[in-house]
This record gives sequence, C-alpha cells and structure tokens, in this order.
Amino acid sequence: MKPAPFAYVRPGTLAEAVAALAADPGAKVLAGGQSLVPLLNMRLAAPTALVDINAIPGLDEITAEAGGVRIGALVRHAAVLASPLVRRVQPLLHLALDNVAHATIRNRGTTVGSLVHADAAGEMPVVLRLLGGSLDVVGPDGPRTIPVEELYVGPLESTVRHDEVAVSAFVPGLAAHAGVAFEELARRQGDYALAGVAAVVEGDVVRAGFLSVSDLPTVVDLSGVAAEDMADLALASLDPVGDIHASADYRAQLVRVMTPRVVATAREHARTRTQGGTR
Amino acid sequence: MTEDLHDVRLIVNGVHRELRVPARRLLSDALRHDLGLTGTHVGCEHGVCGACTVLVDGAPVRACLLFAVTLDGHEVTTVEGLTRDDGSLGPVQQAFAECHGLQCGFCTPGFLTTITAGIRANPDPTHEEAREIVAGNLCRCTGYQNIVAAVERAAEIAREDVPGDVPAPASPPQDGQLGVEDRTEDQATTGLGG
Repeated sequence: MKPAPFAYVRPGTLAEAVAALAADPGAKVLAGGQSLVPLLNMRLAAPTALVDINAIPGLDEITAEAGGVRIGALVRHAAVLASPLVRRVQPLLHLALDNVAHATIRNRGTTVGSLVHADAAGEMPVVLRLLGGSLDVVGPDGPRTIPVEELYVGPLESTVRHDEVAVSAFVPGLAAHAGVAFEELARRQGDYALAGVAAVVEGDVVRAGFLSVSDLPTVVDLSGVAAEDMADLALASLDPVGDIHASADYRAQLVRVMTPRVVATAREHARTRTQGGTR
Repeated sequence: MTEDLHDVRLIVNGVHRELRVPARRLLSDALRHDLGLTGTHVGCEHGVCGACTVLVDGAPVRACLLFAVTLDGHEVTTVEGLTRDDGSLGPVQQAFAECHGLQCGFCTPGFLTTITAGIRANPDPTHEEAREIVAGNLCRCTGYQNIVAAVERAAEIAREDVPGDVPAPASPPQDGQLGVEDRTEDQATTGLGG
C-alpha cells in the first residue's frame, strides 16, 4: 500500500527540527526510515508530518569517548558494522549488528533509529540495555541524556518525547578481561529473530539480555548461577509471547537452549581476551 | 486533500531528471510512474522481498522504503542502468542468462542490482558469500540454486572484464544525455530483449 499524505520538512539545524516537531503533535522524525516507512506503507502509522533529519550536519559520526563509543543519529548500521573502532571498543555491538536485517536495509537504517524505535524484537535495544548505555536527545528545553534503564517503557514505546530528537547513543566499551557473545534464531539470516540472547561475562558477574522473547528488551543477572539453572532463572523474569512465527512455549525452549550456550561462549571470549587475544 | 508537491532532482542511470512529487511518493513509484522506468518492480512494498532494490549512490537500498523527496541531488541506478555502454548485457545480466537465474523474472531486477553492488564490494565471493549477497531477496520460482550460481558466474565475468567496461554508478552525469527509459519493458526488466 501507499502511505497516507503527510507534510514534509527537511530542517538544516537541530533547533529547526525541534521547532517543527513542537509545532505539530502528529509529526515524526525520519532518519533511515527502515522501520518507519513499512509502518507508513501498511498504514499502521499516519503521521501528519515527517521531519527529515538527514540534512542536519554533525550527526553522522562515530567517535571514541572515555569508556566507550558514541554513535550519531545518522550513522547507518552498515557504517557501525564496518567500524574498526566499534569492533575494538565494544565487540558485542558488532556481533549483534551482523544480525540486524539484511545488508540492503543496513545501508539505510540507523543504529540510533533502531534504539528509538524500541522494538523488543530488535537487537540494538537489548544490547544497549545489557551494556548500560544512554541516549542523548535534544528538545525545546535543550539537551538531556536518558540512561537506557529509563528508556524503554512498553512495546515500541520509549521515553523520548514527541518534540525531542535523538542525536546520539553512548555505548560503553568492554572491560579488558570481560567477554561477550550473541546468538539469535531466525527462519532466515536477517529476518526477525524468533528469540535471541546476548551475554556479558566479567569476572564473576554474568548478565544476559533477551530479545524477541518478552514485550520489552529484558536483562537478567545470572551471576553465580549454574548452567543448568540459568534458563529457569531467566524465564522467571521473562514472559514469552506467542505469535504467528513461534509459540510462547517454543520461545521458552529457545531460551533454555541458547542461554547456557551463549553464556559459555561469552566466558570463553573473556578467557581469550584475558590471555591477550585481540577480540 | 490537496498535497504539497516537491521538486526533486535525481541523477538516474547517469541522466539528470527533475520531478515534482508529493512527499509520500516512494522512490519505487517515482521511478515507475513519474520517470517511466518500469524495470524496478514492486513486490511486498514493506522491505521484505527485495524486488524493488536499486542503488543509491552505489549502495543497494529498498526503493519502497525511501521517499523520493529525501533523495534530492542523489544518484540512483536501476536495472535499466546495468547494461554496458553499447547496450549489451552487463556481467550480472549475462550471468543470469547463462545460468538460468530467472523464470518469471519478477524478482530479477532486485537481484541484478543487489548482485551488481555485491560483487563490486566482494569481487571473488566464496559460495557462502555468494549466498549471503542474495540473502535479502526473495524468488518464488527458481529455488535459488541458479541464482547463487549466477552470482559466482557474474563475479567471474566482471573479473575478466576490461576495466571501465562495467557500468559504474559513479559515472559523471551528463546534461541532455538521452534517457534510457524508452527501452521496452522486457529489455528493461531482464536485459534479455523480447
């Protein structure tokens, strides 16, 4: 189908973008559009205006920052995936991005847009949640930083306000002796995951994040838990959802199979790094 | 409702084009309806099938997930732009013909553009990499075996090609150059002629 009509503005500054959003409560931000445009085409969303931020300078950079890496709102997934800096500073981001859609979609879709879209089936929200990053936004009252713990409140719902533009995300780096792993199961590489697990192991601390299982990207602390008990503990915090692609029971089964496996891989990664490996 | 119209300048297959479209005009529709380039096919219209894939500034993207108005000043390569300068089949088109990489041909334009960019980025793909190049495109006829074979064959042809013989999307556009949209749809779609 075709989108419903909307007004279009292409501001050259953040201030103009914020003003355009503030002027129209039905307006939405357009960055890569790879999640938004399908919604428009299917008429699941019908914003009255799109504020295209692609002409705003300074939003398309990946920069090293103390303790991590900052990704601008216009950086495409493909650029993040190809970035040696990202791979070195936070290998989990690289691992997860390889599972984000197909290369053609990654050429246009943005990592920050994926974070703001707040899809619990997306890889980026749960990765940021697991790593404890943050999102920088600019609104009528100026800039503010939203810690990821306060970012996600419901299915496709974040705490970014209607008149705010997300400008960058901060992704913390991986500690020297820590390890990470990521695995998801999809019917076809690049499709939506039926379920996915990310894990970070740092010394005795073990944490796992789950995507496409519950309505929200969910992180569970598995420190000190034996491998055979991990899935039960994780499932106590998860509420597997059934849909046309997988039943709730099947998703729970995927959690049982993948959780200990991903944690073991992350532990092995930590061991390799501790022994002076490069990844 | 009266919709505002926007002036958009695109460089399509090396030719400057100007169009006046509502903001909601998808690039796929702008190419087909406004510019008459019906080689680009529209399948699912939500980014899943890959039939509408075109190259924007050389990179493959879904034309159904982009609004034409957002691409003012950018360069677009469609399947019509994949033939050689003399009008004969480009490497990927030739490989599809040799390997029987198509049956009904509906998905073919999206495969041709995707593979053109894929083998430019990776001129000598392994079998696995060849599969990965086309992983985002759906075909309901072939079972993919011949398409993957065509990826490998296309890479082979392109490697043997005389440099400069392969159409490059970054070729400088020339004002007043004759458009290519007046080819027949059959040729435009598959490059195989009628």
